[in-house]
Amino acid sequence: MLAIWILVFREVLEAAMIVSIVAAATRGIAGRWRWIGSGILIGCAGAGLVAAGAEGIAGALSGMGQEWFNAGVLLAATTMIGWHVVWMARHGRQLASEAGRFGADVSAGRRPLTALMVVVALAVLREGSEVVLFAYGMLAGGSASGGLVTGGVLGLLSGVAAGVAMYAGLLRIPMRHFFRATNGLLILLAAGLAAAAAGFLNQADVLPTLADPLWNSSWLLTDDAWLGRALHALVGYSAQPTGMQALFYLSIVVLLSGGARLAAPRRDAIAAVPTPST
Amino acid sequence: MSKSAALFALFVMSVASIASASEPPEIQLVIRDHRFVPAELKVPANTKIKLMVVNQDVTPEEFESHELNREKVVTGRATIPVYVGPLRPGRYPFFGDFHAETAQGALIAE
Repeated sequence: MLAIWILVFREVLEAAMIVSIVAAATRGIAGRWRWIGSGILIGCAGAGLVAAGAEGIAGALSGMGQEWFNAGVLLAATTMIGWHVVWMARHGRQLASEAGRFGADVSAGRRPLTALMVVVALAVLREGSEVVLFAYGMLAGGSASGGLVTGGVLGLLSGVAAGVAMYAGLLRIPMRHFFRATNGLLILLAAGLAAAAAGFLNQADVLPTLADPLWNSSWLLTDDAWLGRALHALVGYSAQPTGMQALFYLSIVVLLSGGARLAAPRRDAIAAVPTPST
Repeated sequence: MSKSAALFALFVMSVASIASASEPPEIQLVIRDHRFVPAELKVPANTKIKLMVVNQDVTPEEFESHELNREKVVTGRATIPVYVGPLRPGRYPFFGDFHAETAQGALIAE
């Protein structure tokens, strides 16, 4: 049962970290819980479909279907986060300063919330499909199903609890720095997802590694330590990344922080905000 | 779609077009009763190899290794290819994530 608990907790934790960052980043946007909830539900349904189609995915593209699929999912999530980050750079300060007055103005937030709903759905889909495959294996192998249910539920609950704790921690960031901080976290999250995608493209042998590994920080923090796992989910930590992964990571950080800077309205423009958009 | 997203897509496409060609030698690794057979597998160092992971169990398994930077699901009674290396001489542990208590192994590159 403990093994099941730990495995489920691990997968749920990774998705929960992403969901908690998304939840914090959308603070003040009306209707966000509906979007996040929809994302989770779509992700769960997707996880079942992916697990059911695992064999087909694995067999596709001369045995490299899984790598392409994972890379595709990760890069789609990266793109969606990027889109949101740039949008937030344009509108975030407005949201922060006028949360009261414009609280009901969901229409402005609808597009980027779609993007983040997709991010949540993809995160749940990726981690969830592993849980489903694992659970299916336990059932097919005839292992004690009581332990499976107990371990699964405990894993789910503890993973969600970790996500809620993370969310509560993020909310303690002072409002002045809040969107800057959550946007920064989103950028690092996107960079980590892109680096993971690069890892799968390395694995599929379609991208050169450039250096493998580029460095080895296992002596400091291993990938399977809990802190290593949490940092992997949050900011893409890897003890032995390839050069290509580092390149993807840095490219995303540069692209998104640069994009956000370019998209940000000038200070004098903000002072004159009441003018309705033309 | 934002400018950064478009730039990013361009970046990915340009990098993805660099693909490698020749087929490396195949080496077989079997999963049976949630264990790897052989548990220690000798492979040539400094050359790319294609590890064929053959799952003889009916249950799915995930071949995973932090040292090799690999993570791949192999469904029940299925075979998956995993490209590995070129590896410097040394020991590279791997494990089956779904049955990590028993499914432990290592590549010995020499």
